[in-house]
Amino acid sequence: MVRGALVTLAVAAAAFACALVFGTLSAAAKLSGVRPARWAAEGYTIFVRGIPDLLVIYLFFFGGSMAVTWVAKMFGHQGFVELPAFAIGTFAVGLVSGAYAGEVIRGAFEAVPKGQIEAARACGMSGLLLFRRIRAPLALRYALPGLGNVWQVTLKETALISVIGLVELMRQATIASGSTQQPFTFYLVAFTLYLALTLLSNKGFAAAEARAMRGVRRA
Amino acid sequence: MLDFRLMAEAFPAILGGVGNTLALVSGSLAIGIFLAVPTALASLSAYRPLRGAASLYVTCFRGTPLLVQIFLIYYGLGQFAAVRESILWPVLREPWWCALLALSLNTGAYTGEIVRGGLLSVPAGQIEAARAAGMSGLLLYRRIVGPVALRQALPAYSNEVVSMIKATALASTVTIMEVTGIARRFISETFKPVEIFLVAGAVYLALTFLAARGLRILEWRLSPHLRHAPAPIPAAK
Repeated sequence: MVRGALVTLAVAAAAFACALVFGTLSAAAKLSGVRPARWAAEGYTIFVRGIPDLLVIYLFFFGGSMAVTWVAKMFGHQGFVELPAFAIGTFAVGLVSGAYAGEVIRGAFEAVPKGQIEAARACGMSGLLLFRRIRAPLALRYALPGLGNVWQVTLKETALISVIGLVELMRQATIASGSTQQPFTFYLVAFTLYLALTLLSNKGFAAAEARAMRGVRRA
Repeated sequence: MLDFRLMAEAFPAILGGVGNTLALVSGSLAIGIFLAVPTALASLSAYRPLRGAASLYVTCFRGTPLLVQIFLIYYGLGQFAAVRESILWPVLREPWWCALLALSLNTGAYTGEIVRGGLLSVPAGQIEAARAAGMSGLLLYRRIVGPVALRQALPAYSNEVVSMIKATALASTVTIMEVTGIARRFISETFKPVEIFLVAGAVYLALTFLAARGLRILEWRLSPHLRHAPAPIPAAK
């Protein structure tokens, strides 16, 4: 079960990294002046937020396998090719969480006070230097609580990957309860391990937030 | 290319699952509110054990995946002979009731936090003013705290409604034939995941859009004091 929890942690971390990439792209597109990019990002957010995650996972699992089987057939390979559940699950959950992360990142960049950017311009910074020294660090501070929420959601979402056969915490509990006829015991262990993971990461994000806020004056 | 005939064929079948989806959503939301109000009141109470119980309930159900909760109830409870012999067994044996129970407990925890936030957002001055006017207890709640908190909690609650519509998809994992369950069956029968996904996705998008829009309208109706005053009618010369 603990090994299952480690797989859960690994797939959640990979999916979260994936979500950060999608989220950054979507936030960049929304903040850019390019209309088609903005529309594409809006569409992405609306679609992903309106459709159950389970459906998205099914789409990528079955759809991805179909596509690869089709390509394999062109090269003379026979039979159905099943894609690795880890990669598909990571990608699907990352795509879903990316929509939420995108909104968080966009909000954070919009929250950077104008005066800071003007001050930096007045000091002669521009372009990348301004982004690296002023906008990104400030936005990261504002984004941290929201990203903490996205991480919690991602962690819980990984349970859905069990339906396509990845042996993570949830699947491990199902297998164990099947062979021992003690489903309650094993699902309760899974329940507790998930709870431990979310509570621990809550602590971690609280500490990170405290560190990011250490230069901020409080009333 | 896309198989439009299959999509046309699958559409009415998938639409047939909307009833089940909506029944699960409305049932769990209704029970969820019954759980949420006492939870919120308990977490705001001055009595420590009550606060502890509320916080335990909220932490447990918000900190674990819904799928684990569904499986724990549907597959887990049957492990105990006491449950199998109790009068509740005919209910707890049915996947539908188990899914409804898990969804209700889950949304109850989230809604409890929303209600708590709503209650906390009622300005102290309004409560003091009501007290000064001689209201107390239930009358104060019914006339002042309740309506103000309801209005404040509505935006967060509408997010919860949308996420519940999506969460009912998990009921398909315990054999319930709602929208996702039917879509899954079609995918494994036809091996055309993209077409089926588009149809089912469109159904969900329509449901979530309608729910969000409906709650937006309700929010607008409940906040006449936040709207701009209508333009004054120009006086006749």
